Amino acid sequence: MVKNEIKKPGPTDSDFVFGLLNGSKETLNELYKAYFPMVMQLVITNNGDEDDAKDIFQETVIVLYNKVQQGNFELSSKLKTFIYSVARRLWLKKLTLLARKSGSIRDFEDILPVEQDLEQHEEKDEQFRMMGLALGKLGEPCKTIIEDFYIHNNSMQDICEKFGYTNADNAKNQKYKCLQRLKKLFFQV
Amino acid sequence: MKSETDLINKAEAYFRDELSAEDRERFEQLRENDPAVDQLVVNHFNFMKQLSDYGKRHQLLADLEDIHSEQDIASIRRSVTPNEVIIKKLWAKHRFNLAIAASVALFTLLSTLLYTGTFSPTKSDLVQLSQDFKDKLRMTDREIRSVKSRLNHGPVNPGTYGGTGFALSGNYIATGLHIVKGADSVYIQNSDGESYKGRVVYTDATYDVAILQITDPHFKAFTTLPYFIKKSESGPAEDVFTVGYPRDSQVYGKGYLSASTGYRGDTTQYQVSIDVNPGNSGGPLIDNRGNVIGLIQAKQASMEGAAFATKSSFLLKAIEAIPSDSLTDKLVLSKKNSLSGLSRNEQYNKLKKYVFMVKAYSAKH
Repeated sequence: MVKNEIKKPGPTDSDFVFGLLNGSKETLNELYKAYFPMVMQLVITNNGDEDDAKDIFQETVIVLYNKVQQGNFELSSKLKTFIYSVARRLWLKKLTLLARKSGSIRDFEDILPVEQDLEQHEEKDEQFRMMGLALGKLGEPCKTIIEDFYIHNNSMQDICEKFGYTNADNAKNQKYKCLQRLKKLFFQV
Repeated sequence: MKSETDLINKAEAYFRDELSAEDRERFEQLRENDPAVDQLVVNHFNFMKQLSDYGKRHQLLADLEDIHSEQDIASIRRSVTPNEVIIKKLWAKHRFNLAIAASVALFTLLSTLLYTGTFSPTKSDLVQLSQDFKDKLRMTDREIRSVKSRLNHGPVNPGTYGGTGFALSGNYIATGLHIVKGADSVYIQNSDGESYKGRVVYTDATYDVAILQITDPHFKAFTTLPYFIKKSESGPAEDVFTVGYPRDSQVYGKGYLSASTGYRGDTTQYQVSIDVNPGNSGGPLIDNRGNVIGLIQAKQASMEGAAFATKSSFLLKAIEAIPSDSLTDKLVLSKKNSLSGLSRNEQYNKLKKYVFMVKAYSAKH
């Protein structure tokens, strides 16, 4: 009993998973505290620096986030092992790209096979990049209208007022035109 | 269904659960009966998901950057690098032996020198030398000053107002709007006393922020900055410091955040308990980790010991609002912070050449 009182346990693996599902920033903060040092150690002992550690950790969190959002994160594997395995794979890939060292890495944790997760991640990464490009090319006011409606989930009424459209139908028409242009840009690039 | 526009609007209302039960059923019926319609709706839902995924990931990245800027990277690094720990232990264990060995060596050296008479005939020579050296220094100083005044004098009429500014990226400088308001010309002077011509790129009256650019071709634009501009807010009791020009040379001042709102509850500002003078305004307010958390504003005469600073998040908003056609060079904010984990003294030394005196001149008095 006494032991329990003294040692305040950090969030459990399922706390992290639920927090990520709800998009909680507090959880991200805890995740940083709990696992960034591990990733930093991995990267630094294998020819990397602090900035590499930051990039690798953030990419790892994105992989984890997507996996959790898709609902296929199994709690049977330990979160720590998963994070380590993904970060390790990402860092190996970067090392090979930079040709600093190939193939081998100094390990200090167990490893899971994560190839499939990373393939999915690369696909999503590409889509993210293309959507960013398409939105960038879209121009104003289209970009803001699209972002307000589809990303921030604002109502047509709010958008109508914000942009000073005289009635909701005009706003809807404008939004439709913007959407068509965005689709064209997105599928073209 | 009249048109695709209509169909998309219906599909979105369906998705957001805004349809009446009757409309809902009719819509589902339509999808079932017409595979082409169904295909269109499914495609649209997919695209909506892609957009919302994009938004979520964008937010996630921003949150991560934010959290990263609050970490004490240097100490995390220390905690995970074993080599440094071993060296520290060795040092702790053997420093006394080392100290004794070193003092014995020094003692032996000095007594040998004394014994052989190396020290005896020196005194008068030394004094002479230092006098000589002082004269030379004074001459050089005079020369430097005359050359400087020939090279870098500003316009003839004196500056109507002076303040501080700090580098944002390349040759861009942030300062307070009230410093450069109504100025015909702006000069920016570095910590070595060299002054450069600048121009006002953007002003934001709501947050009292101005962005300047050094246009002088002699100025060498910065490639990296040692600090990072913090996105999130800091809270009261945080230790802070600033570097500025309350007089002709750079002065360091330290204090703490005393409230998370400014004058009369202004939420765009902090109240800071720090010793500043009018010339400090426009200077950076920096926390212990070396993040820029605010931009110093003039102090309120009615409140003793209280200064105010625009929060860095609003400085960033002002920077974002700069129309891209008024930027001749790209304004890329620093993502790195090389000040964290250093002592205050080291932080100041790394920082000083990025803090400038801003002098505004106007023909009308």
